[in-house]
Amino acid sequence: MCTVCGCAEGEVRIEGRPSHGQEGNGGHPHVHDHHDHDQAGHHHDHHHHDYGRGEAGASVPGMSQSRMIQLEQDILSKNNSYAARNRAYFEERGILALNLVSSPGSGKTTLLVETLRRMAADVPCSVIEGDQQTSNDAERIRETGVKALQINTGKGCHLDGHMIGHALEHLDPDEGSCVFIENVGNLVCPAAFDLGEAHKVAILSVTEGEDKPLKYPDMFAAADLMLLNKTDLLPHLDFDVDLAIANARKVNPGIKALCVSARSGEGLEGWINWIRAAHAMQRIGHVASPAAE
Amino acid sequence: MHEMALCESILGILKDQAESQAFSRVDRVCLEVGLLSGVETEALRFGFDVVMRGSLAEGARLEIVSPPALAWCMPCAEQVEIKQRFDPCPTCGSHQLQVTSGEELRIKELEVS
Ligand SMILES: Nc1nc2c(ncn2[C@@H]2O[C@H](COP(=O)(O)OP(=O)(O)O)[C@@H](O)[C@H]2O)c(=O)[nH]1
Ligand SMILES: [Mg+2]
Ligand SMILES: [Zn+2]
Repeated sequence: MCTVCGCAEGEVRIEGRPSHGQEGNGGHPHVHDHHDHDQAGHHHDHHHHDYGRGEAGASVPGMSQSRMIQLEQDILSKNNSYAARNRAYFEERGILALNLVSSPGSGKTTLLVETLRRMAADVPCSVIEGDQQTSNDAERIRETGVKALQINTGKGCHLDGHMIGHALEHLDPDEGSCVFIENVGNLVCPAAFDLGEAHKVAILSVTEGEDKPLKYPDMFAAADLMLLNKTDLLPHLDFDVDLAIANARKVNPGIKALCVSARSGEGLEGWINWIRAAHAMQRIGHVASPAAE
Repeated sequence: MHEMALCESILGILKDQAESQAFSRVDRVCLEVGLLSGVETEALRFGFDVVMRGSLAEGARLEIVSPPALAWCMPCAEQVEIKQRFDPCPTCGSHQLQVTSGEELRIKELEVS
């Protein structure tokens, strides 16, 4: 584990190599202590919570005793500070970063491939792929000619801000480009981990239930856009599109929803227009002087 | 799910604090876990015991307080209590709610020695 941000570092691989292979320009030393040797040597301390306290809990002066520390620290504070650093990185360079989240199999990679085919000719793009094990998705992206980096999280069920920070060192995306991050297929955990993206985009396919937004409300609350994918299959299903959108709006009244099919291409134009608009917004901040912080 | 990762974050914070505040053992950890934080407290308790094993917080007591979920209802222009994110306003039935409390995920205090 990386003791700096607490992520399960041991298993994380970027392009097959440990993410701390070579530390970039520092900023955070990584102390890989192996579980408190000093602690292990102090067996006599264990089970003696009251050491230094008298019978009735009265303290005995001069002896080590327990004390209270008011902390009020966010458990995700480290992740959030990595995410803030990534966000500043994107903002300084006028880069739009989107974090794509869904259940496994909703069509994130297919959608990305089709999106890049339609966009990458006129907007520089790159992709960070998060998966527990394989690098298939990064390979599927590279076939489109777009650069892609694979992060394997091992047992980790989400990407975190720290992994993305390392991925950016390797990926080195162009100024003013779009960076798509395909998160690990999971509608629970990625909701809690800010990566520094401009927007989370939740993808729900019509082969899943209309009630998914209610079952995974945190994710749909965190997303700015919902893509209802695989609409080519609608004629064969009794999926109620309006109900799915209504459910998402119960959780997040401001969420935008678009119907798409990565297979037939239906609706992709709307999605690409949305990306272009978000990209333009991101670059407005880039062009303007950094007076407003 | 990510409760394990949260416990590892907690351990990271404890180790940092142990260094900066000069203690060697954590006897009690008090967390604030809002009703809307997306965390299952049972999974958190389980993960806590597993992750703290062999560390300065092995066997530490875990206390969890759960602040209620509150939201600002725009039509009513007042704060209302909800149980889940998709709940409508209990007064007017609107979903135009802005969550104001219940997303907390904090270490409140520690008892250390
Ligand atoms: N019919 C249909 N199938 C799709 C569509 N998009 C993706 N798929 C299929 O859904 C499966 C999972 O897609 P994939 O992109 O790997 O999903 P991911 O796990 O979210 O990245 C694959 O078999 C895709 O061919 C779509 O729009 N329509
Ligand atoms: Mg995929
Ligand atoms: Zn109301």
